[in-house]
Amino acid sequence: MMFEQFKTRAEGVSAEVYRFETKEAALAWLIGFLLREGMADKPQSTALWAECSFLDGMDRDELQRIPGLKFGVTRELAADAKFGISQMEWSLADTGTLVQDSTAIEQRLVSSLPTIHIALVPTNGILPDMPTLLERLHPKESAYIAMITGASRTADIERVLTIGVHGPERLVIVFVDELGGKN
Amino acid sequence: MDNTFKESIHKAVNNANLTGALGKFSEAYKVNRAKAYEGIDFEELRGRIAELKSYAASHLEQLSAQFTQKAEAAGAKVFRTNDPAKVREYILKVAQDNGVKTIVKSKSMATEEIHLNPYLEKAGISVGETDLGEWIIQLAGQTPSHMVMPAIHMTKEEVSDLFSKEVNERLTSDIPRLVKVARNELRPRFLKADMGISGGNIAVAETGSIVLMTNEGNARLVTSLPNIHIALVGIEKLIANYADVAPILKALPRSATAQLLTSYVSIITGPTPNTDGSMKDLHIILMDNRRTEMAADPKFNQALQCIRCASCLNVCPVFRLVGGHVFGKVYTGGIGTILTAWFDELKKSEDIQGLCIQCGACKDVCPSKIDIPDLIMEIRRRLVQKQGLPLLQKAIYSVVNNRKLFHGMLRAASIAGKPFTTGKFVRHLPMFLADLTDGRSLPAIAAEPFRDRFNKIRQPKFKEKAAFYAGCLIDFAYPEMGEALVKVLNKAGIEVVFPEDQTCCGAPARYNGAYEVAAGNAVDNINALLSEDVTYVISACPTCTVALDHEFISTFESLGQTEWIPKARELAGKTVDFSTLVKKLVDEGRLSLKDGKKLGKITYHDSCHLKRTLKVSEQPRELLQKAGYELTEMFECDMCCGMGGSYSLKLPEISAPILQRKLKNIKETGAAVVAMDCPGCVMQIRGGIDQDGAYIQVRHTVELLAEQLKE
Repeated sequence: MMFEQFKTRAEGVSAEVYRFETKEAALAWLIGFLLREGMADKPQSTALWAECSFLDGMDRDELQRIPGLKFGVTRELAADAKFGISQMEWSLADTGTLVQDSTAIEQRLVSSLPTIHIALVPTNGILPDMPTLLERLHPKESAYIAMITGASRTADIERVLTIGVHGPERLVIVFVDELGGKN
Repeated sequence: MDNTFKESIHKAVNNANLTGALGKFSEAYKVNRAKAYEGIDFEELRGRIAELKSYAASHLEQLSAQFTQKAEAAGAKVFRTNDPAKVREYILKVAQDNGVKTIVKSKSMATEEIHLNPYLEKAGISVGETDLGEWIIQLAGQTPSHMVMPAIHMTKEEVSDLFSKEVNERLTSDIPRLVKVARNELRPRFLKADMGISGGNIAVAETGSIVLMTNEGNARLVTSLPNIHIALVGIEKLIANYADVAPILKALPRSATAQLLTSYVSIITGPTPNTDGSMKDLHIILMDNRRTEMAADPKFNQALQCIRCASCLNVCPVFRLVGGHVFGKVYTGGIGTILTAWFDELKKSEDIQGLCIQCGACKDVCPSKIDIPDLIMEIRRRLVQKQGLPLLQKAIYSVVNNRKLFHGMLRAASIAGKPFTTGKFVRHLPMFLADLTDGRSLPAIAAEPFRDRFNKIRQPKFKEKAAFYAGCLIDFAYPEMGEALVKVLNKAGIEVVFPEDQTCCGAPARYNGAYEVAAGNAVDNINALLSEDVTYVISACPTCTVALDHEFISTFESLGQTEWIPKARELAGKTVDFSTLVKKLVDEGRLSLKDGKKLGKITYHDSCHLKRTLKVSEQPRELLQKAGYELTEMFECDMCCGMGGSYSLKLPEISAPILQRKLKNIKETGAAVVAMDCPGCVMQIRGGIDQDGAYIQVRHTVELLAEQLKE
């Protein structure tokens, strides 16, 4: 139920929403997506993956053999990356919002500088709304709480909605049931 | 009114790009906003926001101290000052101490308020706006015309010219392409900047956090990439509790841009790591600039509840015609008028407060429950208190208050103007008075006012009595409406009395800030209307009804004349508008309308005071349909017609286009009759239709119902 509501809301603000049962299935889809969209080991074509629990138990060396896929986020790499991948722990069903403790700058770099942001989201982390989130996530635990709802947008020229100003022009949300969640 | 101000209005209303863009936006806004609030109890939500913000406004000192302590404990440096000059100096010092050469900024009205950019640039520091709209107006060397959409007054062609110059390349006016250019141009500046400056949408005292909301994502970059971050926050942004963030996040984006949530929300509490491994140098400036003084003002403390959504601009019939620049350089629209009077000076609001037509549309949508029209009236009152009334106006009021003299003079003027009068209208007036008949004919003055005609009406005697309060327009211009009202009430078994000593309701004086005059009117009317033993005091003019029902009381309250309040309340208790009373009489079976009539299509115009102050909108519609009319709603049926009492005389260049829009909406329904409950609206709309030449009858509900009474 909450997933369906989230999906409707997020798609309403031009996000793309997918859902997989296992990490394995999600990873397979993700790699396919990156390659289809032109990931390569050349300027402005790389994918940069920020630390997250999705990567627990995965062989990063093996993954890094895929041309263009990189770990170890720096400002320079993020500024050049076409794809940024990060895990967003919570999501809000009633607004289609993703939420993360973004205290670590790397998390913000991959979700704000690249053209496409891919968010891995534990399905169990879906919360109904903002008040519920504020009960779960307190500034005491996080110096930078970041919420993302859809792609970067503006209507500053003649009120015409235009996607992709300073942040990503595409937000791809991948729910993974197996990731559990802090719910 | 100042000539340069008049000139700026003239320029704005004749700027087709501006009025076109704003007009389209305000029409879409209304629909989209309603959609964004679907399933939400807006009254409950805004009640909560008003409560938490008003608590904060009355505890500014305590919350500032708590915020400071919490933010400092989290590692931020907090600087609090009342003085805009000290804010500028502080920011410059931080910049100079750290060898800052370039600054990127996300949108902040507080920095506009203190004119920060020119100050820093004069000191040799490059300051770049990064919000697309702000960047556009920075390149154009202009100031924001709207608090949320700073460049709404500019066309894509103008933007493409600006950008072309900036990137040295001839660009087309393709909007997605222009946005891409902005992204590419600004990206290196974000990466290079030594300091980021942001505002703050909310400051949470409990946790020392600031909350930033953007759609473009620029605030995330401004607060993440440079090693220094300064947030400039007006202390009215303080709230007590972290949980209180939720209702504001719920209302602000919905009210501002009809979004469920902005694309990005950041809650920042203390420094976070930079990309080079150091910790952010985070400064939060709590700026007062007269806000504490405002909080101590029993009237204006309410304005501190504002969450800066700008919905009061978006629904304003005047703003959508003139845009923001007429209002001044920083805060614009309804709330902007109030903020300018305080953060700048009262004197600066002298002209712009006159732009408010008092239609109340903003009060209806304000998510913080601020009574903006009332606060603007209070500005008027204080201006008059400070500067006194102009001599001419004083003379006018003394005439208006003398009913017999007033009618005599109007009548004399209308006879003197005979060559210009045809049938029921004064079509053209000579010389400077011509403005009054521009786009609208004025009603001819009745040869015999209602007060004289009344004595000739033969009424059956009934036990139940109602006192009729006519008001200027029915008394002098439309006595037939008064006669229709007597006919309707008689049919229901109510005898109408007309207390001769009733005078002007005081609205003209009050709306011009002359509260003493209005209080005098109130006393005279209370004495006249309470002298009769009646069940009801009925009026067929919503502005008069509002005066009797609400404003006598609030005028006395404003002036501290509390001895009159009990009597004013007694009068208010008996006061009722025409449609409400008639609906009641019909429901009680005391009055019947003819059955089975097919009277054709009708459309109904909601008068501002009836709909928004008296909350009456269904009653006249139901009655007209019962009488046999087929109701077709017009677009924006409750948008002001541009009359606004003497407003249409003072600012005809604004009133006329508002009327034209109304006429267009009426005509588009294809109805042969447009009904309304206000003689002022009848005067405005009937006059407009007359000049337009359309075959549409403009009638007061009272006239239409009087024709359909069952014998």
